[in-house]
Amino acid sequence: MTSSSRLAAAIAAQFTDRARWSLLEVLFWLVALSTIWLLPDQHLILAEIVIWALFALSLDLILGYAGIISLGHAAFFGIGAYTAGLLAKHALVGEPVLALLLAGLAGAVFGFLTSFLVLRGTDLTRLMVTLGIALLVRELANRFGWLTGGADGLQGIDMQPVLGLFRFDLYGHTAYIYSLAVLFVLFLLARRIVGSPFGLALLAIKGNPLRASAIGIGADRRLIGIYTLAAAYAGIAGGLLTQTTAFTSLESLSFDRSADGLLVLIIGGTGHLYGGLIGAVVFRFAQDWIATATPQYWQFWIGLFLVLIVLVGRDRIGGWFTPLRRLADRVGAWRPGKTRPTVLPGQGGAP
Amino acid sequence: MITILFDGIAYGMLLFVLAAGLSVTLGLMNFVNLAHGAFAMAGGYAALVLVNRLGVPFGLGLVCAFLFSAALGALLERTLYVHVYAKSHLDQVLFTIGLVFMSVAVVDYTMGSSQQFILIPPALQGQVTVLGLDMSKYRLMIIVICGLLTLLLQLGLTRTRFGSRLRAAVDDQRVARGLGINVGAVFAMTFALGSGLAGLGGALGAEILGLDPIFPLKYMIYFLIVVTVGGTSSITGPFLASLLLGIGDVAGKYYVPRLGAFVIYTIMIVVLIWRPQGLFVRRGAR
Repeated sequence: MTSSSRLAAAIAAQFTDRARWSLLEVLFWLVALSTIWLLPDQHLILAEIVIWALFALSLDLILGYAGIISLGHAAFFGIGAYTAGLLAKHALVGEPVLALLLAGLAGAVFGFLTSFLVLRGTDLTRLMVTLGIALLVRELANRFGWLTGGADGLQGIDMQPVLGLFRFDLYGHTAYIYSLAVLFVLFLLARRIVGSPFGLALLAIKGNPLRASAIGIGADRRLIGIYTLAAAYAGIAGGLLTQTTAFTSLESLSFDRSADGLLVLIIGGTGHLYGGLIGAVVFRFAQDWIATATPQYWQFWIGLFLVLIVLVGRDRIGGWFTPLRRLADRVGAWRPGKTRPTVLPGQGGAP
Repeated sequence: MITILFDGIAYGMLLFVLAAGLSVTLGLMNFVNLAHGAFAMAGGYAALVLVNRLGVPFGLGLVCAFLFSAALGALLERTLYVHVYAKSHLDQVLFTIGLVFMSVAVVDYTMGSSQQFILIPPALQGQVTVLGLDMSKYRLMIIVICGLLTLLLQLGLTRTRFGSRLRAAVDDQRVARGLGINVGAVFAMTFALGSGLAGLGGALGAEILGLDPIFPLKYMIYFLIVVTVGGTSSITGPFLASLLLGIGDVAGKYYVPRLGAFVIYTIMIVVLIWRPQGLFVRRGAR
């Protein structure tokens, strides 16, 4: 065996290891599943958490894996939300799952079209272009009041049962299970994509576009691809919000939503898919807790939190989970008679 | 027609004074300060409290607004911003968005959420006729004040020792340090000056732009447009961009009110795509 083929084999083994489900991951999803029976009174808030998680997951795809900073991700969320709402309101597509796919498609189309604008320029240009696009879309939704309901929001949405079987109920049981299922499916897809050669190429581009192109990894097509995918995810998240609450408003397109999405992702740490999921749980419960204490000034605490995160350093905050992950990997990787090199990918908010 | 042009110029001048500080921090120091509007709001509310509640004369109120925002800027720069200069753009964005959210909540808590206006002395109300044109006295005053400030800024940046120190520090920090320039102090001074100008703009503009807690969010995009369209190589670029934006916005709202803010957002995106370094950049300039 030559040394290069040995190296190739070692690399392949490491990637197989990386793609394997660790014990912690399995536990995470088991806990999520168990909440269906354990916390039946909390299903409304849990459904909301799932939607935030999906939105943050979509942001993680572009920020954590491709290094694109976006201040206007709410544009796709809102487009998905209005698509799902309009489809249901005018009874064009009654079945929620199909409508959700269309919402995702709407987000993807818009994401694809705008991705060409985002490709150009530096971080700074991207920031402003994404922000500008989101403001533009919000302004559009505001102007076309006859279609979107303007400032009053889209009212009178009547949701059909999911798959024709499960009606949306007042306590959010259907909403939660439906959202969780969607999140799980999309998470599996994202996990697969991130571990694929495409995902690895993205990481290379994020690390250093010049060197990546020098070894034959062209940036443009891959960035367009991931941006479109993330837009589809955000569209689906928006569609879910409309379907589970039977309402949508300009709030779904607002700057605050983009900023909150960033915050959710940052709380959990970028670049490891679970960041958005964990962040959403923390974010929503913190919001609930603070909002009962000081209802109007919740924004102040968000702001303070953001400032503190930056001053303390995002790496350190994302690093909270690292020891836990390492432990789980060790337990999960243990097999009788097999020793494994302790190689762990450096994760958690690498700049 | 002439009235629209006049209003547009006044509005543009105001935008320039508001955004001048940002064009230095964002353009020259390469720091994404989305919280710039918060300093403008602070100045506006400082003037409001002084003039409306304590009966301070309007002119003095404006000066105090400048000083208040400048002091606030210097304080925050020395305590918080210095730690963030070297961080990534994402960190800077998160940090300054955090500051915006906090400022919005704090103003909401202390001053109430409704829109407020500063009492203008009777001498500045009404119209004045110059060369057969009816002009609002207040807007005329804005044009005069902002025009003078622009001139001062331009002279300050090109003719004074401080200006050349700033340009040196921005061009190459290491070399500037090597030459014995205290880069930190220069940046702090610049930041304070920019914040002070924003505060003055906020106080002057309360009549035209309105003053409410979401001011920093509402006008964030305007400031960014001025800087991106104007480019960052000089004071003239942002100045021309402000005038264009002001006239364009006023004319757009007057002639095609249905389109609203579309025009300017679209212009910004097009300019960013077409010339990412700004419209008014000399070839080869940094």
